[in-house]
Amino acid sequence: MNEHTDTGAPRGHPDAPDTVLRAMLRPRFLLTAWPWRAAAFTAGSMVVLGVLVSVAAPLYTPWVLSLGLVLSTPDTFFGGAGVALVLVGLALGALFGPLVGLVLGTVDRWRLGLIDDDVPPSGHRPVTEPGPGAWLRVRYTEAATWREVAHVALSPVVLGLTAFVLGSLIPLALILVASPLLLTTPGEAVALGPVTLTTPQEALPYALAAPVLLVIALYANALLAGVHGLITRALVTGPPPEELRAELSEVTDSRARLVGAFEYERRRIERDLHDGAQQKLVAIQMDLGLARLDLQEDSGADRRVAAAHARTGELIDDLRELVRGIHPRVLVDRGLPAALGELADHNPSPVTVDADLPHRLPAHVEATAYFVAAEALTNAHKHTEARNVTVHARVDGLRPRQRLTLEVSDDGPGGADARRGSGLTGMSDRVAVMGGTMELSSPPGGPTRVRVELPCQTDPTPQTP
Amino acid sequence: MPDRPDPTDAVTAVPTVLAEDGVLLREGLVALLERFGFPVAAAVGDARTLTEAVAEHRPALVVTDIRMPPDHTDEGLRAAAELRRSHPGLAVVALSQYVELSYASDLLDSGDGAGVGYLLKQRVGDVREFASVLRRVVEGGTFVDPEVVRQLLRRSSDPLERLTEREREVLALMAEGHSNGAIARRLVVSDAAVGKHVGNILAKLDLPPDDNIHRRVQAVLAYLRASAD
Repeated sequence: MNEHTDTGAPRGHPDAPDTVLRAMLRPRFLLTAWPWRAAAFTAGSMVVLGVLVSVAAPLYTPWVLSLGLVLSTPDTFFGGAGVALVLVGLALGALFGPLVGLVLGTVDRWRLGLIDDDVPPSGHRPVTEPGPGAWLRVRYTEAATWREVAHVALSPVVLGLTAFVLGSLIPLALILVASPLLLTTPGEAVALGPVTLTTPQEALPYALAAPVLLVIALYANALLAGVHGLITRALVTGPPPEELRAELSEVTDSRARLVGAFEYERRRIERDLHDGAQQKLVAIQMDLGLARLDLQEDSGADRRVAAAHARTGELIDDLRELVRGIHPRVLVDRGLPAALGELADHNPSPVTVDADLPHRLPAHVEATAYFVAAEALTNAHKHTEARNVTVHARVDGLRPRQRLTLEVSDDGPGGADARRGSGLTGMSDRVAVMGGTMELSSPPGGPTRVRVELPCQTDPTPQTP
Repeated sequence: MPDRPDPTDAVTAVPTVLAEDGVLLREGLVALLERFGFPVAAAVGDARTLTEAVAEHRPALVVTDIRMPPDHTDEGLRAAAELRRSHPGLAVVALSQYVELSYASDLLDSGDGAGVGYLLKQRVGDVREFASVLRRVVEGGTFVDPEVVRQLLRRSSDPLERLTEREREVLALMAEGHSNGAIARRLVVSDAAVGKHVGNILAKLDLPPDDNIHRRVQAVLAYLRASAD
């Protein structure tokens, strides 16, 4: 249950109880509003019980009949009639249970406020699409709805128990109070179990016991309401908002870790290719070059070595391009402005880079910004006839809440669709995981503008060993 | 018997210190350097040892990788720039995995820009060309990788806009350390024509055509400075 240490107890004193169950453990329970709040809750419960058994009777009837059958003639029950009843009960429950559950859930969530100061919102998802079809689809397929159906099934039991206990205690107290008055009429007798009272004198001590009974009734009611409240809370409310937030941030964290791990892997692959394969190829090319010095010019061997030498050079170029696409070395070594400059240099059309950053940013921020810029430049070149592209990067705010803003704009004809450039969609996912935002504006006639904002929090990736 | 003239013929041996952390490449480079008349006094694997080796051996040339242990960023570059300050006249050729204009400008800014080379590592595969670059740098020339120049010329920075196509070609060759005569031969024009282009370039870059021997280097530097930031 909720641990309210400093934020709890919304009403009054910091350590005031927030549910009727906690309140009834306090010595001054009867002097607070809680017993009467519980009473109001129970009064509402009785109304709910009445409405339930009349309106939702078809839902309960098959089960009540089944129970009766099992208790009276089990043979008939297991002979087939019972099975039929259970099937009918299940069918009705599946069809109409959710509707009743949704209504009862709404009512009970609202009533729960009487005995619980901190009622969480419902666990239902918002329905985003219009139309009753979408609403039904969402509601009939979510766990929150079926928990409410369970609430419909359990409610009569709890409510019936409440009705039975209070229905015994309160009339008894009333009779005790009234008995001295009733016995003033000669010939009347009041039977209290084994004792039969015939005179007011005899009844007086019992009448004095009535307030004690009332106190017992108030405690009993509070206990029953409290238990009912616990069940209601468990079945018709969602997780408290702070728990939800904690879960959400945990999910976000784990996604960020995933992106971080991915980034780390790319850097590792890049390093392996750079320091391993590429170096070896350069060494081979150099060896071939040295070998040629000892070969007779234009001899067969010389031509072969020359060809191998040239092909090794091509392979080195290819590998260099490949490595650049995985994770540019210059980004690791010199940071974002230098990497953006190199990106601009490799772009077929002229690019103006305006990136004045005060310091290095976390590796995952630099990498994301870099790849967004690369993607935006590719799109500008592929899909538009943009002649001038501008890449602008700046850092705003104070540490540790700094944000990097990267904007790529071109003078193309506009009309770019975010969904068409699958690369940009992938980038926006990556940006979102980092808690950033990405906007694409491309009105017909241009200009096209991609704008990304990234929080510059500490790098979640492991440090490069 | 090899019928090609031995490249070491008729050239003075240039004592060299080499810094390269990749063992394979280091061994290959030692063989290459020795073969072309650059006897290797020391071949080391990190920037700190490079500084020590230079202090000990007093070489005329340092060939160094830019990325080296322990951080694998630009230790070699920083060490080279430092060495040029502490050992005036020391020629330095830095090898880079990729084109980085700021590397080139850092390096060319050290000393007066003469006796400096910045080239892509893969150029060492072209052994003759590489050896000739080393030779030019040792003789006080400046060499910037053609790839750097290509990128510079692609940038739409202001000084570039003012140059004609021909002048850009001339500048590219100047950056590679070619003399006016060599440029004229390459472009198949007269020496006088090249001289005129060079004059125009210097004027357009606001470099007064005085007698400063490093005007050409200054021209390249002006580009790097204008473009690297």
